[in-house]
Amino acid sequence: MRHIISVLMENEPGALSRVVGLFSQRNYNIESLTVAPTDDATLSRLTVTTIGNDRVVEQITKQLNKLVDVVKVVDLSEGEHIEREVMMIKLKASGQMRAEIKRTCDIFRGQIIDVTPTTYTVQLVGASDKLDAFISALGSASIMEVVRSGVCGVARGEKVLSL
Amino acid sequence: MVVRALRDEGVKYIYGYPGGSLLHVYDALFQQEDVQHVLVRHEQAATHMADAYARATGKAGVALVTSGPGATNAVTGIATAFTDSIPMVVITGQVMSHLIGEDAFQETDMLGISRPVVKHNFSVQRPEDIPSIVKKAFHIAESGRPGPVVIDLPKDMTTPTERYPYEYPKQVKMRSYTPITRGHSGQIKKATDLLLNAKRPVIYTGGGVILGHASDQLTELSRLLNFPVTNTLMGLGGFPGTDRQFIGMLGMHGSYEANMAMHHADLILAVGARFDDRVTNATDKFCPTAKIVHIDIDPASISKTVQADIPIVGPAKVVLDEMIQLVKGSKKQPDAEALKAWWQQIDEWRQRHGGRYRTDDSELMKPQQVIEMLSKVTNGDAFVTSDVGQHQMFAAQYYKFNKPNRWINSGGLGTMGFGLPAAMGVKMNFPDDDVVCVTGEGSIQMNIQELSTCSQYDLPVKILCLNNQSLGMVRQWQDMNYESRHSQSYMNSLPDFVKLVESYGHVGMKIEKYADLEGAMREAFAMKDRLVFMDVAVDPFEHVYPMQVPRGAMRDMWLSKTERT
Repeated sequence: MRHIISVLMENEPGALSRVVGLFSQRNYNIESLTVAPTDDATLSRLTVTTIGNDRVVEQITKQLNKLVDVVKVVDLSEGEHIEREVMMIKLKASGQMRAEIKRTCDIFRGQIIDVTPTTYTVQLVGASDKLDAFISALGSASIMEVVRSGVCGVARGEKVLSL
Repeated sequence: MVVRALRDEGVKYIYGYPGGSLLHVYDALFQQEDVQHVLVRHEQAATHMADAYARATGKAGVALVTSGPGATNAVTGIATAFTDSIPMVVITGQVMSHLIGEDAFQETDMLGISRPVVKHNFSVQRPEDIPSIVKKAFHIAESGRPGPVVIDLPKDMTTPTERYPYEYPKQVKMRSYTPITRGHSGQIKKATDLLLNAKRPVIYTGGGVILGHASDQLTELSRLLNFPVTNTLMGLGGFPGTDRQFIGMLGMHGSYEANMAMHHADLILAVGARFDDRVTNATDKFCPTAKIVHIDIDPASISKTVQADIPIVGPAKVVLDEMIQLVKGSKKQPDAEALKAWWQQIDEWRQRHGGRYRTDDSELMKPQQVIEMLSKVTNGDAFVTSDVGQHQMFAAQYYKFNKPNRWINSGGLGTMGFGLPAAMGVKMNFPDDDVVCVTGEGSIQMNIQELSTCSQYDLPVKILCLNNQSLGMVRQWQDMNYESRHSQSYMNSLPDFVKLVESYGHVGMKIEKYADLEGAMREAFAMKDRLVFMDVAVDPFEHVYPMQVPRGAMRDMWLSKTERT
């Protein structure tokens, strides 16, 4: 099963490599990874999506907690949560495809953020499966480049991951 | 600042080898007397000496090695300590900060190289951080589940002409690191109820009991309950080896009675043990009828390979103390009748194959006899270090350890070459005790250069070499699994060990007959101020038994070359 694990860790050099190293060392899988500082500049928030059975995911959270730089770990998939990913996709947009892409983009509530006579760059925000669906809906449109941010997520309601 | 911080931490000995990036530190060492430096002949030995000091005392050992090859030579020793959760602080020199990343002379990325085999590592980026980093390093190494910590120290952080304010912190507080100090009382209560209702219980304990200084508590609880106790390779000495309730080591080369008892148990109390593959055999067949209570300070060790029914995260000593109080205060008593029947069964297993071996199929001495003699001659009181292989298993099986912290071996990583430097590290700190390294002619040659260090620092350790002229454990597996094709497991160019040790100024003995063994051994141990190397010729065809059958259950064992359960 797919899990979204959020990690609050010290914003220090080497901290990220400890997390990434742990995953490769213990043969855990990383689907996506995002990391950035939080409102507190001494802390970074890292979100990793991984696939594994309950036992593997339990080990992942335990092993992450053991890292000295890691302050807190939560498996967001255990409760109600919201996930988002940003995608920027550059497409060939000429002839009749130009209008077709615009229509698909509107349906998915994407934004065209860069335009040239022959290309569109579309920005789309949503859960990962929505981004996947957009790519399949493009059908015969010619994709030049896809950039995805990786997943970040937050628990619904009052629950927070903080010190 | 580095040397001063070590002094303020109370460090007496550090083990190391100088080099370019550490010259400032070595100059500071030269100008003081509080911290004594021991010069080894290879950096791996420095880490093993520091490691063995930690195993014998529970306090972190310290090694100091230079950048590049000095640091990479230390990696095996760091990994050895990591796998066995041994507290250690290793300071590695590094090139000047401005050269890092430029492939400078003797530069390696030690933070990167060491990361998978350390509990934590630090890079010093500002000289004024040195005291707090050293303090944190010791705190992290020694608390919680212990482990090695590396401090990477660029040369310009130690420039002697620059001055910085120095204050050694009294304590450490880290928001991201708070080791657990007690177990969950509700879980402990539930576990104790299970213990009092058990009919076929086994207490299975590991290195956590030794590292957690919990052997008194373990002994008291086991006696209160009258339960059988088995130890892992790392846990030997946690419970007295000569006690009636001790049923031997368990696992791949565990005793028949320990493995049988585990398989048939209805309750297993695991304390500071991690259900290692060398213990459990196939996990899907492991202890099919047992409920499992697992006490460990590291939550990641619980339910990692075998699912625990009652997990208790906490220090062994504190949790066992709480259990003792609960058992004493409980109206319910252990089920005496069921335990009587259980002990009858265990004693019957013990009778059937209680560590027996043949002595009539060879003219040569049996390695088991040699270890039994060592146990007799030293009254089970010596510090015994070992290398890795058959001799290690024979020592674990036949030496009766009555005290904790006396059996010092590389259990998890299985590092050949560990034994001699380990013995040296212990001897240096326990000069009045007998310290013996049980080794083989293969392992001893992996760090034999340290005989020179022994001369320099007068370290009169005893070396007991079970010489079977082959890499015995490799050969055993080749006999059992590869139709005796002895690929590269034979050494036909062994040195004359007697002459070799004599050239370093030590005493050598060659012992070929069992009749001479006791006399020679007593003579060797009587030479209190000399290093004595006992080169004992043993039967090269002997195998270590019992040996679990691969992918079987705990009870599936070879008991000799011809008998199987």
